[in-house]
Amino acid sequence: MGTFILRRALSSVVVLFLCSVAVFVGVRALPGDPALIMAGETATPAVLTAIRHQFGLDQPLPVQYVDYVNQALHGNFGISTTDQLPVSEILVQRIPVTLEIALLAIIIGVLVGVPAGIVSAVRRGRIADYVSNAFGLIGLSVPHFWLGLLAIWIFAVRLHWLPASGFVGLAEDPVGNLRMIVMPAVVLGMGLSAVLMRQTRSALLGQLSQDYVRTARAKGLSHREQVRHALRNSLTTVTTVLGLQLGALISGAVVVEEIFVIPGFGKLTVDAVLQRNYPVIEGVVIVTVFGYVVVNLLVDLAYAWLNPRLRVSGSAR
Amino acid sequence: MTSDVVALPVLTIGRGTRLRRRFLRRPLAVLGLVLVVLFLLLAVFGPMLTPDPLVQNLSSVFADPSAHHLLGTDDLGRDELARLASGARVSLVAGVLSTALAMVVGTPIGLASGYFRGWLDAVIMRFNDAVLAFPFLIFAVGFAAIFGASLRTVVIALAIGLLPAVVRVARGEAMMLREQDFIDGAVADGARPAGIVFRYLLPNSVNALIVQATVAVPTAIVGEAALSFLGLGLQPPAASWGLMLTSAQQFLVQAPQLAIYPGALIALTTLGFNLLGDGLRDALDPREGR
Repeated sequence: MGTFILRRALSSVVVLFLCSVAVFVGVRALPGDPALIMAGETATPAVLTAIRHQFGLDQPLPVQYVDYVNQALHGNFGISTTDQLPVSEILVQRIPVTLEIALLAIIIGVLVGVPAGIVSAVRRGRIADYVSNAFGLIGLSVPHFWLGLLAIWIFAVRLHWLPASGFVGLAEDPVGNLRMIVMPAVVLGMGLSAVLMRQTRSALLGQLSQDYVRTARAKGLSHREQVRHALRNSLTTVTTVLGLQLGALISGAVVVEEIFVIPGFGKLTVDAVLQRNYPVIEGVVIVTVFGYVVVNLLVDLAYAWLNPRLRVSGSAR
Repeated sequence: MTSDVVALPVLTIGRGTRLRRRFLRRPLAVLGLVLVVLFLLLAVFGPMLTPDPLVQNLSSVFADPSAHHLLGTDDLGRDELARLASGARVSLVAGVLSTALAMVVGTPIGLASGYFRGWLDAVIMRFNDAVLAFPFLIFAVGFAAIFGASLRTVVIALAIGLLPAVVRVARGEAMMLREQDFIDGAVADGARPAGIVFRYLLPNSVNALIVQATVAVPTAIVGEAALSFLGLGLQPPAASWGLMLTSAQQFLVQAPQLAIYPGALIALTTLGFNLLGDGLRDALDPREGR
């Protein structure tokens, strides 16, 4: 188990390193001179040189990278070039907004998707199975941005139940906050629940056809007991899928925040790229990858915990 | 001698009467096929049969459906059906080109990775994980910013996004196939490693790769629409389903149908490919179907 954790942790560090280098180099390949953007079109060459020096832009790339990592490890991601605020401060402001929506979306996704998958597998070939499958296929095929527009049209434009866009903090106005984020969260959660439903169904069906379930049946265990045994072994798949869906969830958040005009992490990303805001882009990507790597590590550990064979052999793939 | 070895162990698409029958027995698979064919017809022939999608007519904006404009007009008086057809073509080009690119690049990488294993596999899979770790849209947004927002950029970004899944599938196939006797036979016969990858592993992985491609195309179609929706794909006045949704968002009160048509087409196309993919996978799986 110890080696297993160590190996996963090491590979996470490698992934993090590769991603950070890619972002660092990629961001510097962006067209447009950040010094020029900061200083404005009318800046004299002397001012530009001073700005480049101040932000270390005149150093060789590897030096800039080492310096950046060193700073980042101390929680300093530089200063946003558009509003002169520390990037870490902006991230601290924006991340909770997206986390709240994503968390609610995950809860909705799990609460809808997993039971639907279980029902569908247990009642294979019956009405409930067809309904769940139809839901799964539709959820998989309807893109976030369209579902979001439909939701706005129905619940905001036609019924006037919910606001079409905007945001207030959870601390300032909990009810208002919930009214604002319920549509985005449901939109984001629907796609996830469809994926979870399909994966839970196929994992559970796979387990139910295994020998040990047949043995349990032969021993005279009730159908309920059989499903309970199979379900525990199916949950490894569900945790893995949840981990793999994290990237899709973040991508979805980018779109959903854009539609509902929510000042979260996703909107920050799009705005930062459109404004060539290097430090923010780097901070956003590093934090995203870091979060993704950590969550996947946790998923792997949960996986090992749910599947004892992996604790011994140490190969999680 | 060697060619016999290739022909033996698989059920290929080519001799597929049984396969076709197994596929056609599934109503949902057939529905998927019908939806995909309709989409292809709209994308290929639609633009020839409809008016110019770029011609504006500001005196008849948001027009109702008529003989002249079968689905009415948009906020600039352009023919909605023509724009939908033109958008279908964009989707088709983006979906097929990016999938083809990902398959051409990813298949040999994945097959080699799974066949040779060892350090090559370790490096490729770490890299694959790194690409996978990137939330696709965040990557694509940055990519579009570097290389400019255009259909070509979108296709390349989508191909890179689709790559890890292709590599993974090809690698899995190679890992499974390398344990089989006919590969041992080929090695004993003196086949070179590259020959094994392309002459033995590739043809035997075709089924899995085709299924992967039917999943990749709708992913790419939605990806193109999402990027265009965010303003990072095709630029106005071009017609792309995603772009049409962006402008429709401003007119949800006056003309909700403008938001419904393109979205419904994206959903139906995606649904079609998903059903087709499911049906193909089930029909190709020897354990399934009777």
